[in-house]
Amino acid sequence: MLISYNWLKEYVNIKISPSELADRITKSGIEVEMVESLNKGISGVVVGYVQECIQHPNADKLRVCKVDIGQGEVSQIVCGAPNVAQGQKVAVAVPGAVLPGNFKIKKAKLRGEESHGMICSLQELGVDTKLVPKEYATGIFVMPSDAEPGSDALEFLNLNDHVLELGLTPNRADCLNVIGVAYEVAAILEEEVKLPNTSITTTEEKAEDFISVSIESFEDNPYYGAMIIRDVKIGHSPLWMQNRLMASGIRPINNIVDITNYVLLEYGQPLHAFDYNRLGSKEIVVRRAAEGEHIQTLDDQDRTLKDTHLVITNGTDPIAVAGVMGGATSEVQSDTTNVLLEAAYFASGRVRTASKDLGLRSEASSRYEKGIDRNRVFAAAMRAAGLMAELAGGKVAEGIVEAGKREVNTYSVKMDVSRMNGLLGTNITAEQTGVVFNRLGFSYKETDGHFEVVVPSRRPDITIEADLIEEVGRIYGYDRIPTTYLLSEARPGGLTENQAKRRNIRNYLEGAGLYQAVTYALTTPAKSAHFSFSGEEVYPISVAHPMSEERSTLRMSLLPQLLEVLQYNRNRSMEDLAIYEMGSVFINRQEVLTDLPEEYVFVSGAVTGVFNEHLWQGERKTVDFFVLKGILEGLLDELNLSERITYEAGEIENMHPGRTAIVKLDGISVGFVGQLHPALQKELDLKDTYVFELNATSLLEKETDQMVYQTLPRYPSITRDIALVVDQELPAGDLTTVIQAAGGVLLKEVNLFDLYEGEKMEEGKKSLAFSLKYFDPERTLTDEEVVTAHDRVLKSLEERFGAQLRK
Amino acid sequence: MKDRLEALKVEAIGKINESQDLKDLQAVKVAYLGKKGPITEVLKGMGKLSAEERPVIGAYANEVRDSIQKELDKKQIELEHAAISEKLAKESLDVSLPGRPVKKGNPHPLTAVVTEIEDLFLSMGFTIAEGPEVETDYYNFEALNLPKGHPARDMQDSFFITEDILLRTQTSPVQARTMEKHEGQGPVKIISPGKVYRRDNDDATHSHQFMQIEGLVVDKNVRLSDLKGVLETFAKKMFGEDRKIRLRPSFFPFTEPSVEMDISCFKCSGKGCSICKQTGWIEILGAGMVHPNVLEMAGFDSKKYTGFAFGMGPERIAMLKYGIDDIRHFYANDIRFLKQFKNA
Ligand SMILES: [Zn+2]
Repeated sequence: MLISYNWLKEYVNIKISPSELADRITKSGIEVEMVESLNKGISGVVVGYVQECIQHPNADKLRVCKVDIGQGEVSQIVCGAPNVAQGQKVAVAVPGAVLPGNFKIKKAKLRGEESHGMICSLQELGVDTKLVPKEYATGIFVMPSDAEPGSDALEFLNLNDHVLELGLTPNRADCLNVIGVAYEVAAILEEEVKLPNTSITTTEEKAEDFISVSIESFEDNPYYGAMIIRDVKIGHSPLWMQNRLMASGIRPINNIVDITNYVLLEYGQPLHAFDYNRLGSKEIVVRRAAEGEHIQTLDDQDRTLKDTHLVITNGTDPIAVAGVMGGATSEVQSDTTNVLLEAAYFASGRVRTASKDLGLRSEASSRYEKGIDRNRVFAAAMRAAGLMAELAGGKVAEGIVEAGKREVNTYSVKMDVSRMNGLLGTNITAEQTGVVFNRLGFSYKETDGHFEVVVPSRRPDITIEADLIEEVGRIYGYDRIPTTYLLSEARPGGLTENQAKRRNIRNYLEGAGLYQAVTYALTTPAKSAHFSFSGEEVYPISVAHPMSEERSTLRMSLLPQLLEVLQYNRNRSMEDLAIYEMGSVFINRQEVLTDLPEEYVFVSGAVTGVFNEHLWQGERKTVDFFVLKGILEGLLDELNLSERITYEAGEIENMHPGRTAIVKLDGISVGFVGQLHPALQKELDLKDTYVFELNATSLLEKETDQMVYQTLPRYPSITRDIALVVDQELPAGDLTTVIQAAGGVLLKEVNLFDLYEGEKMEEGKKSLAFSLKYFDPERTLTDEEVVTAHDRVLKSLEERFGAQLRK
Repeated sequence: MKDRLEALKVEAIGKINESQDLKDLQAVKVAYLGKKGPITEVLKGMGKLSAEERPVIGAYANEVRDSIQKELDKKQIELEHAAISEKLAKESLDVSLPGRPVKKGNPHPLTAVVTEIEDLFLSMGFTIAEGPEVETDYYNFEALNLPKGHPARDMQDSFFITEDILLRTQTSPVQARTMEKHEGQGPVKIISPGKVYRRDNDDATHSHQFMQIEGLVVDKNVRLSDLKGVLETFAKKMFGEDRKIRLRPSFFPFTEPSVEMDISCFKCSGKGCSICKQTGWIEILGAGMVHPNVLEMAGFDSKKYTGFAFGMGPERIAMLKYGIDDIRHFYANDIRFLKQFKNA
């Protein structure tokens, strides 16, 4: 909302500067986002009178003017505007003048003719083109004939004004008009509000003889009032009104339309002026549109209506979409003489629906949507009718033809001073409270600190005690509220075990060399399903109105986005990358989403390029499967889960079929680790890339053993190494499992220390060497015991896998 | 004979001093003190001496031996030290060469900021509450005093999935869920950090996905002045001890009264600069006293209980704290960007 400082001063006494005022308003609750000076650094622009205007001898498009710029001084000015003419009052930038953008005016010679200054258009004086009245849009601005040559043109054009831009929250629709802001400012500055004069003189003709009004549903349209103003003369509105409209961001059109817009800005009441003679009947009927009914709106567009839209009709055809836009047929035109002035209260839902469906948002519709002051409709109608009489020579017929209730009763809200102080932490007295309500213009009754406050109709946002407490608090001043500390009993804060473990996971991965990434949860439908290992039937979750296909579907894996990060960096020549992310994925197993989908926290990583490097020592190791598996093993050990984890060769879409392990916890899949499928690597233009993905939610919900101290070994251990010859495809992990099982309680450690697959081996065989450590914490082992256990191991290996000791 | 011994001693010590290394020294030792050495030879001739002379010469011979041995030992230590020094000199490294790098990553700046804020509130006795990112309309809006058709819903354009399920637009639904779990019994003292989603076009200052941290305290006798205390502690911890805070009235559907908190500009200390848009103040977060409707809907008696809530954007805080000019940096994950936060 743009508010002219000068206009505001008409209703409330303001003794402080625009910027000070902005500061006070901001502190009291309405954020002033900007204070704009309309002047924009202009100086040296005066009113001039064009005494003579002749064709430039050497240029078709230029005119040479003799301009009286006051005190008997007449300057020759060359002007290129098509509308310049003898007899006009114009704005002249004299030599030495400065225009917006620090543009300095100097004497010049244009095609051989001296030019002492410049005749200005409004745009040249810093007015936005879309606000300039259409007839002056491509030329100079012509001022009223009573402007005195030599006087300050900026005063005439109100360009010494300042405009405050208010950032209004939805509860403060009362400040969508100048009078509403005046009430707010009056409360802040402890001043009175002076309302405009709305008394009017009427003719003996009665409005009801010209028109009748009926409403089909008072729910859609609680009130409709129509006034008749006869014999208006369409023309310019006065310059002061045009100036205020422009300062408020509205383009002047003609006196009748300008008046409706002016009163809209002043009172916040949308008004519409119909050409009475073009109504096509003598009645107004407000009803729902028929489905598919048409109307041609003011902007000459043909609009198809729905039965959820409210229309104003002449009894048969729609002549306006209620609260949104008038129709073209009954538009006020230059030959209009009789006006029907509509002042109505439409339900905000009706206006919102139509405005949304038709894609039409106007000053009027947005005010109806946010809620207008029900009890100000009539005053606004009077004000507008009065202005039409005053500024357009109209004769106001007596009375207002109405349907519905003109006013509604106000209500009161109770507030208790002690509860207020309890909520704010203040010691505000009942007397101070009363003063605040007086400043706000709220009437009240008070006994022993119990207030009963009558809420003015302009403030429908106030409905409960807390609303009144806020009003008192903000006018009293939030900077006067003390700073205190919570009185409640001290309870320890802290992370839950799950939260602490998630932090551990992050710290571990960062310690292992991975950088944390944070990516978007929304991706393409195709990518959302990549790398899925949730099994069973899952359905992608797409948002109803995505901003783009790229961000339309919720992810089921973190990897597609991590791969995008690798690509992004690779495109910037960074090829050695190690990243991870911890974030939610969304799994939906319902064909139609009725319950919330399953959400899991996943932790995933992607590594490509060189992982370990020490250049001058010649060390340069690119990532491989075992680098990533090692990181994962360490992570699972960190979580105290390593003994329950197994790695099994498996296949996952988009992963290398021979280099991928499914990670299982207690036999249930919780993730995978491996190399990206070379085809995908190629498609993404990535070098060998290894990734892992773990369902952290599953990992962390498992109970783990409390850590218990193990006595340090007091007796020596006995180590035996074995080298086995087995089939080449036999996984080493299977051997380890059998060794552990067969070794019994005395076997405490099994370590694989050698793998040989070279030419010295028989075709299809490989050799694996393990080191087995036996010990008993209670006593020294005898050779016999170890031999027995060790033989059991060898026997099992032979039985299960045909494993032979390597000779 | 005594003269002969004296001459041997001088000769031996001379040889000892001439020794260049331990091998030379060993040769000297064998030559003079060995069983076939000259001193032994001298002593063999002692039989020719008189009974008076014999012990005198014998004692003198031992004295000479001892002296030589002493010199030998001294020289031995000297030479050993020299040998070690020489060996070490050969082993010396160019210590200015770079060391073997230890792999280390670091947290994302948003995580760094969120963790710092979490830790601050944990130390004040808060716990961390979490909830789903895909939410019901009820928890995201209705339970927060935003019934269907409420104009304030326009403040947040939402990603709906179905009519009743959407990506949460704020982390406040976690507050509603937490209060509901408390079944009308205080105190509640939580913060809820997490990702939220709004239908915004991504640009330098907008992101369709961003983070939020909200806080909630519900108890008997919770006051706006207490909120001021908590926020002041927060502002000083995050932006420096000298920060002042100011509360401005504002509007949120789920709080009444509602406030916005500004901090005095940390760049210019209030004089006015580009960061604070010449006002001396920087807007940091929104807050307020929990709306009675919100308390009641979650099962709390609003006559007995009051509360405050606040919400802030880690992106904004990180941008202010580190001078980051474009919100999209957080989600592009340029490794050169991420690596800068190793000490964050
Ligand atoms: Zn500043």
